[in-house]
Amino acid sequence: MEINPVALLTILGMGAVTYATRIGGFWLLGRITPTKRVEAWMRAIPGAVLVSLIAPALLAAGVVGFIAAAATVLIAARTHRLLPALVVGVVIVAVARLVFHAG
Amino acid sequence: MENQITFTRRGAWAGARAALPVALGAGAFGIVFGVLARQTGLSLAEALLMSAIVFAGASQLVALGLWVTPLPVGALIVTTLIVNLRHVLMGASLHPWLAKLPRGRVYASLFFMVDESWALTLGALTGGGGDGAFLLGSGLTLYVFWGTATTIGELAGGLITDPTQWGLDFAFTAVFLALLVGLWRGKADLLPWLAAAVVAVAASYWLPGKWYILLGGLAGSLVGAFRRGD
Repeated sequence: MEINPVALLTILGMGAVTYATRIGGFWLLGRITPTKRVEAWMRAIPGAVLVSLIAPALLAAGVVGFIAAAATVLIAARTHRLLPALVVGVVIVAVARLVFHAG
Repeated sequence: MENQITFTRRGAWAGARAALPVALGAGAFGIVFGVLARQTGLSLAEALLMSAIVFAGASQLVALGLWVTPLPVGALIVTTLIVNLRHVLMGASLHPWLAKLPRGRVYASLFFMVDESWALTLGALTGGGGDGAFLLGSGLTLYVFWGTATTIGELAGGLITDPTQWGLDFAFTAVFLALLVGLWRGKADLLPWLAAAVVAVAASYWLPGKWYILLGGLAGSLVGAFRRGD
């Protein structure tokens, strides 16, 4: 259970900059009053970030990924609930990989 | 959306429960981190400390790639900052709700903001939940799973086989997809989202690490800002 002092210092530094990124956006908006355009920009951020998180992963997941994604979207749109959509998506991928060795 | 926002134990519990399914996926990822940390030569204490203090999976994995003796301290810290810059956008997007809460609670909760807890919290708040403690609760669940998984990975070493065979890696994509469905407001969203997707995919091919999230997020949101579709 030894900790190298330089490693400790590095980890503390990594933690400090990461925390700065976590509070930075919130902090900044408390200092400036956003214009109408900035407000429109803020409203567009969540969807854009979510799409950016998804798109490359989806492309990498191939045909199985697309089928699972379509099922997930369909169920999320119908039920407005997270868990059923999530379970169906994961099960489709797991079955495809375990049974058909696909994806 | 303009509802009163609260910060209650109930909200924290709701967040903690909502995060359980994705926490399994994060746990699988954490085991991978633990295994690789051991192979890289980090002691259990060092790996656990990193998971507890940094708590950002992608940047921790990238750090392992740079972890040589003597430690390139500056490069490690700067790289971590760059990989995690996307948090700035995420934190900014929660401002409309969190700004109404006491600062201490907000700054404590934001420590636990990771991709998954941000996305779940956003879904809860836009859905009219109105409880800021959701971020803390969902983040804490992920934090506990992340630390536990790091430990398991370090201790188990090479015993763990590929967790992706159970489809757990798709859990992230599925959750983000379901949350995105909830954000859909109509055709005005189409062009910004398309821009985000194209830039993110291109950036994921040509740039290392997590740049694609920041760049795709910026591109899509800027297109949204200049269209003023609503």
